[in-house]
Formats: sequence, C-alpha cells, structure tokens
Amino acid sequence: MDLIWDGIREAARLWWSGDGEIIEITLRTLAISSAATALALLVGIPIGAVLALRRFWGRGLIVAAVNTGMGMPPVVVGLVLVLILVRQGPLGSLEIIYTPTAMVIAQLFLALPMVVGFSLASIQSVNPRLIGQMWAMGANRWQVLWLLARETRLGLLAAVMAGFGAAISEVGASMQVGANLAGETRVLPTAIVLETGRGNWEVAIALGTVLVALAFIVNLVLTTAQQRRLVT
Amino acid sequence: MRVTTGRTTLLGWLTLTALAALALVATTSACRSDAGYNEAELILATTTSLNDSGLLDELVPLFEAEEELNVKIISVGTGAALRMGTEGNADVLLTHAPIAEQELVEAGDVINRTLVAYNDFVIVGPRDDPAGVAGTSDVAAALAQIADAGAIFASRGDDSGTHKKEIALWRDADRVPSVDSDEWYLEVGQGMSATLIVANQRGAYSLTDRGTFLSLSDHMDQLTPLVSGDVRLLNFYSVMEVNGAKGRINTAAAKAFRQFLLRDDIQALIGEYLREEYGQPLFIPAAGETEATVSVRAGAAPN
Repeated sequence: MDLIWDGIREAARLWWSGDGEIIEITLRTLAISSAATALALLVGIPIGAVLALRRFWGRGLIVAAVNTGMGMPPVVVGLVLVLILVRQGPLGSLEIIYTPTAMVIAQLFLALPMVVGFSLASIQSVNPRLIGQMWAMGANRWQVLWLLARETRLGLLAAVMAGFGAAISEVGASMQVGANLAGETRVLPTAIVLETGRGNWEVAIALGTVLVALAFIVNLVLTTAQQRRLVT
Repeated sequence: MRVTTGRTTLLGWLTLTALAALALVATTSACRSDAGYNEAELILATTTSLNDSGLLDELVPLFEAEEELNVKIISVGTGAALRMGTEGNADVLLTHAPIAEQELVEAGDVINRTLVAYNDFVIVGPRDDPAGVAGTSDVAAALAQIADAGAIFASRGDDSGTHKKEIALWRDADRVPSVDSDEWYLEVGQGMSATLIVANQRGAYSLTDRGTFLSLSDHMDQLTPLVSGDVRLLNFYSVMEVNGAKGRINTAAAKAFRQFLLRDDIQALIGEYLREEYGQPLFIPAAGETEATVSVRAGAAPN
C-alpha cells in the first residue's frame, strides 16, 4: 500500500514541478494517438456508412473482418508492421521504422476497426424509412450522408472515443515499431513498461496517473460534446 | 442503381486510401538518400541489461554530438539483437554472448568484433539460502546443489545473453532443467530487472549481471549475492559492425561507433560509470584485450 501512496505523491510532485520530460512524453502520446484516431475517422466512417447502407458481394466477410479487428491483439499488429518496415523489409526503404510515423500507422490499424464497427452499428440502427424519405425529398448523396451523420452523432462520437481508447491504451505495437526511444518515440504506455521493468514503481505509477487523466479529459470533452448536442 | 453507388463509394475510398499511401511512399522516398539508408542515423541493437544500466544514455549523446548523428538504441535480448545483425536490420551490435557472436563472425554477418568491457555474473538467492550455496566458488557445483535441493530458480528464459550463459552453466553442472519436468524452475521471459523482481518476490535463486543487481538493490530485500568469482561467470561485452555486404548498412557510422567505444577517454568513462555510487565498478574497460587474456588474469587473481 505504501508504494501506491508513494507513487501518487510522486505523481503529484512531477505534476507540480512541471517535469519537462513527463510533459514532452504526454504531448507526444496525445499527438500520436490523436493523429491515428483522426486518420481512422477519415477512412473508417465512410467505410462504416457504405457497409451499413449497401448490400454487395463480400459485405459479410468484411463485416466479420471488422468485428475480428475490434479485438485485434496490438502485438500482432506490431509484429507484422515491424517485419514490413524494418530496413530489409518490403517497405524498409521508407525509413519510418522506430519513428512516430510508424506508431501512428500501428495505432491507425487498431483504431480503424473500432471506428468502422461503431459507425456501422449506429448508421445501421437508423430507420431505413428515414433514409428513403431523404432520397424521396430529393437530397443528393452528400446531403444524405450529412443528415445521417447528424442523426447518428451519438454513435459516431462513441466511435471516436473507442478509436482513441484503442490507440492510446496500447503498448505492444508502440514498443515494437517505436522501440521506446527516449525523446523520439517514448509515449506514456511504453514509458510505464520501462519504469516498471526497472523497478521504478513510483515513477511508473506517476506516469500511469497521467495516462488515465489524459484519457479521462479527452473523453470528458467528447462526452460533453455528445450529450450537449443531444439536448438541442 | 444504389448497389452500384455503394460499390463505387467503397471502391472510391479504397482508391483514395491507396493513393494517399502511394503519396506517402513517394514523398518519403524523395527524402531518403540514394544509399538506401539514412546516413545521419545509426541503428544500435543492444542488450536490455546494458541499456537498463544507463551507461548508453551517458555515452551515446557524446558520440551523437561528435559525429552529428542520431543513434537509435534498440534494446532487446542478445538473441534478438544478434538476429537484427544477421538480417541486416541494424548497423552495429553491442552484446554479451561470445559464443553466439563468434558464430556471426564466422558466417560473415558481422565484422571487427571487439571486446569493449566486462563485468561478472553472480548467483543471487534468498538470505536463508535453502540450497546452502553461499561461499561456493565453483558455480557448476552451486547450480547442481540448487537443482538437487529443488530450490526455486528464476530464469530469464528469453534467449538473452544472460539466459545463454545460464544454460551453458547448467550444462557444466550436468543438470539442464526444463519447465515441464522441474517444478522449481521458473522461466520469467522478461528483462533482467523484471526477472530479479519476480525472484525477490518468490524467494528464488537467479543468475544476474552484477550491474543490474546493484542498480535494483533498493528493491532486493529478500535476495543477496551468494556465488561469484568463478572464471566462468565473467561477462564480456563486445561491439561488432554489421557486414556492409547486406546492403543499406551505415558502415561508416558503425565503424566510427566501434572506434569511439575503444578510445581511451571513453574507456575511462566506462570504468568510472557509477563506481562511486556503488563502491565498485559496474563495467571494467577492456579495449585491446581478449576474453582469453581477461580470463587468465581473473583466474590467476585470488577471489
């Protein structure tokens, strides 16, 4: 128990002292996971909409793949990406292994199935008659998509949160494709693994508190947006 | 009609994504050098125990400043580090498994393997020492006693340099334990610090490099060094350059890094590292020596 209190005290001290390294790691964590989530939304929501609204050959297979992807173990994503991106790998000439870019790509693959799955489910739950009416009233395709997005904003914001949650909480893939390089690719989850391994439990707990606080603040902002829009 | 629109939309997005990926490839390819690797970057594959000690955090920035290079320290088990060399995915290796390293030299995977420093492994164990090995100077005899007593032993189990050393010592003791048949034998499968933390919790014996044990001593309330001083417990750290024939290897930077580690002022830094803090050196510089000369000297010195 003492150790946990020591950790919390250490966390408070690091916060108050405005420790440069912890701020840098926190900002990097936020930047990488936000970039991955944004890309996942850009690609994932349209895919989710198409899967929800259209029937075509192979749709069932894609939906099953998306559902599998929602439980994709990060280490597997990391392993495959490492083998592709290492210097002698098929895309080694890109020289992005052990960079934040590689981490964004890894987290994108983890967030994407979440975004596709959540947007698919929420768009599919819209009454098909409503969509029929939109078409009947002469809306074009983009207008229908826009109205659908408004109609399903609760579900879509859930997609954002799930995607961001998958990205920021994972450690295996970030460790493998980023290598936890100090000042370059060290993010909160990988720093926690490092400090735990070194037996610096106070620092690990301090970093853990920061990570949980960061996830909470991001979700608080998103939830507020989600619930406020519901009222209007 | 709508089915077609659906398909085109999906195809459209897939095409867009593919185009974006291509654009990414094109831009990054445009940035990279003709050599096929980044000349301002050196990939150093090394062992967790060395990186955990903090020594590289001290030395590498000096090298980076001198050469205006960025060094990426990839800290993995020695087995994985050597594999990175074999596959040509690192430029320079700094590891501690002489026999496995020699195999890479003979296969032509690495060149200019050179001893940089050494320290020693110790067998640590619970203070009450249930197997009664304290003070034994023959490490093989001590391990045999542990096995025969069925006392808990925590192994790295991760193909690291320390793990390779441990297996070799069990062979010397003529007792090679297996997790399937020996209940007292634990394979932790993690780095040295994590393994020692588990050993401390379980009251287990373990083989560790002295540096990691010293750096964790605050947490080692159950464990104490019990067996040391056997010549077979010497721990040799060597640097080697990955053979440029593999392609896309930053051979110039790798050579510069090897020469840097062997320089007098850097060797002195290695010898002084944390010496005051622990009252004994963590690493003993060994430029210009070989495993054989160090072993002979250690064997001749009274333990």
